Amino acid sequence: MPDASLPSDPNAARKRWMAVLARASGDSIAAVLSDYRDIPAFTRLRGPENGLVMARGRTGGAGAPFNLGEVTVTRCTVRSADGLVGHAYVTGRDARQAELAAQVDAMMQDPFRARMLEPLVVAPLEAAEHARRAQTAAKAEATKVRFFAMRNMRT
Amino acid sequence: MIGLTAGFADPVQDAQRCFRSVLDAMSRPGRIATVAGVAPPAPLCVASAAVLLTLIDHETTFWLDPAAGAANAWIAFHCGAPSADMPRDAAFAFSLGLADLTRFNAGNHEGPETSATIVVQLPSLTGGAPLRLSGPGLKDSATIAPLGLPADFPAIWRRNRGLFPAGIDLILCAGNTLAALPRTVQVEEA
Repeated sequence: MPDASLPSDPNAARKRWMAVLARASGDSIAAVLSDYRDIPAFTRLRGPENGLVMARGRTGGAGAPFNLGEVTVTRCTVRSADGLVGHAYVTGRDARQAELAAQVDAMMQDPFRARMLEPLVVAPLEAAEHARRAQTAAKAEATKVRFFAMRNMRT
Repeated sequence: MIGLTAGFADPVQDAQRCFRSVLDAMSRPGRIATVAGVAPPAPLCVASAAVLLTLIDHETTFWLDPAAGAANAWIAFHCGAPSADMPRDAAFAFSLGLADLTRFNAGNHEGPETSATIVVQLPSLTGGAPLRLSGPGLKDSATIAPLGLPADFPAIWRRNRGLFPAGIDLILCAGNTLAALPRTVQVEEA
């Protein structure tokens, strides 16, 4: 998400936590959220519900749009007792993840709650995601074949 | 986004029940149906909100009466319909009281199905000047007395009927009740 790091983007902070929540599992969000006691009541405005979204990429030298395939997406929108509306769109069918992510999104819009939730929920989930990526990258790195080196070895 | 409220309590069942009510009302002009299942945002009534949730979606252009602008965010969130800049571009419209029908698309002889359907919210469907309805769907005639229609409504409706097979269809909503006036129905003062 290169645009989330642009300093001029007014929604950069919200994009970051929504992205972190969208990539965390429902269980992991529930686990980190269990330490936060001051959770308000929520009303479901929509969902959680499943749907399909067409994922498109660019193909060929001209970069024409190409329909790669449909991705299952679960979305949820909730309103907290404070009146803040939280949204979540997550890939897969984890309804619990979508609902918890929407709830955290609503709470994070309150600056007072955000100060509590950032170190408790968002930062640990982000760190776990980085660790997961690093582990996958390390596994892939170990099997990487260096063609240039092989040619050098043969000679 | 603050203040956004929920749509249908049970989206699938409630929308299907409401669709059936609209279908019945359209098939038998003058019959008053009741709908439920939604807590509407001001200024929409239950019936208007339910009909909009049921009928409009991302494929239907929609025009909202500026007087009902407070409900815009709710409709946009739950229906996702592209809003029409001009009444003429809308497939569905919502108006508080009867809007000027000539501003809407009545379709044409090649495409009468492209005409607009207007959801008209009134104070009540009873207690107004009685109107006698006749035409397809009515063996003899039916009477309806909606409150809040203009006094010259029979004349306005005669002009709309003159466009047949084109013409505007109306869904009248008040409180939790609705009735329909399809373009085929004849309206006379009773």
